[in-house]
Amino acid sequence: MANDPIHQFQINQLLPIDVGGVDFSFTNSSLFMVLTVAATAAFLIFSTSGRGLVPGRWQSVSEMSYEFVASTLRSAAGTEGMRFFPLVFSLFMFVLVANLFGLFPYFFTVTSHIIVTFALALLVISTVIIYGFMRNGVSFLKLFIPSGVPGLLIPLVTLIEIISFLSRPISLSVRLFANMLAGHITLKVFAGFVVSLSAYGAVGVVGAVLPMVMTVAITALEFLVAFLQAYVFTVLTCMYLNDAIHPSH
Amino acid sequence: MNSASGSGNNGAGKKASPDGELSERLDKLGRNLEEQGRGSPKQHQPSSSSATGGYAQAMKISSEFIAGIIVGGGIGWVFDLWLATKPFGLIVFLLLGFVAGILNVLRATGRVAEPGQPKKPDAGNEK
Repeated sequence: MANDPIHQFQINQLLPIDVGGVDFSFTNSSLFMVLTVAATAAFLIFSTSGRGLVPGRWQSVSEMSYEFVASTLRSAAGTEGMRFFPLVFSLFMFVLVANLFGLFPYFFTVTSHIIVTFALALLVISTVIIYGFMRNGVSFLKLFIPSGVPGLLIPLVTLIEIISFLSRPISLSVRLFANMLAGHITLKVFAGFVVSLSAYGAVGVVGAVLPMVMTVAITALEFLVAFLQAYVFTVLTCMYLNDAIHPSH
Repeated sequence: MNSASGSGNNGAGKKASPDGELSERLDKLGRNLEEQGRGSPKQHQPSSSSATGGYAQAMKISSEFIAGIIVGGGIGWVFDLWLATKPFGLIVFLLLGFVAGILNVLRATGRVAEPGQPKKPDAGNEK
């Protein structure tokens, strides 16, 4: 069991709650979501409490994260997109902190479960659809009809565009989930090699240096992936929001 | 527009020292590069190194393609379930899903214009 690379993704009930036959238990996944939100909120409240004109270390980190998300959103969706800043910033911080939390040994990775990432992606895409219809009315549907297409092809192209649109939340969630899952399994498998190789005496211990080096290297890579995936999630969110704001072709 | 302003600048620059002309040309090159850069898709990730950049790109493109097929197949399956047209809905929508997957991939790599943005004439030329 110690060598089982999937074991780390198991969900355990910490506090069984049952409401009308539906399982609302507080699990280790919920615990780490709460921890993620608490850590993010605590970090931002603490770091902005000083409000110095010349930012200190903590304040400059939170200002950097603000600037980073704000410039991403502005470049993708324009100034009008800034009304979605709270949503985009929360998503970015949640995904980033959840990814980084997962890199601690014995911590549970919230974003390695597709249901969590899919829920986030659904939140994004339903915001796009609802806001798109609220703002543009029926003309939001023009998103699915590319301009300059011969009349005969319009039904086919529209159908393809609709499928392409519907595939967005799936690709968004699958990408984040698959990256985290694959990274953690790889890490665990290589770390497991170290243990099982070193069981073969002196030769094994010497041989175990190789997977050990790999484990260190992959850990570094995972830090990069954790940040990159949070960024990709944010950028794509911004681009989809841009479609809701400017659906014209 | 470039030729008109460029020739005027060059004429003025010839009288100045060769350094001035060089900086003039560098400026022009910078402006041209900026204009061309604006045409490229904004979706690029910060490629920190080639290996990890390739990994991220592979994950991105494969997930785009797979998502298209999954959605197409899912719609076809539900379509069949509701209208009892087994197996034609699945066949047709799976094919459309493949098409949508390819479209997603082409969009992700910037060879087809994003639905929100106007189509660029030179978007399809880049290899």
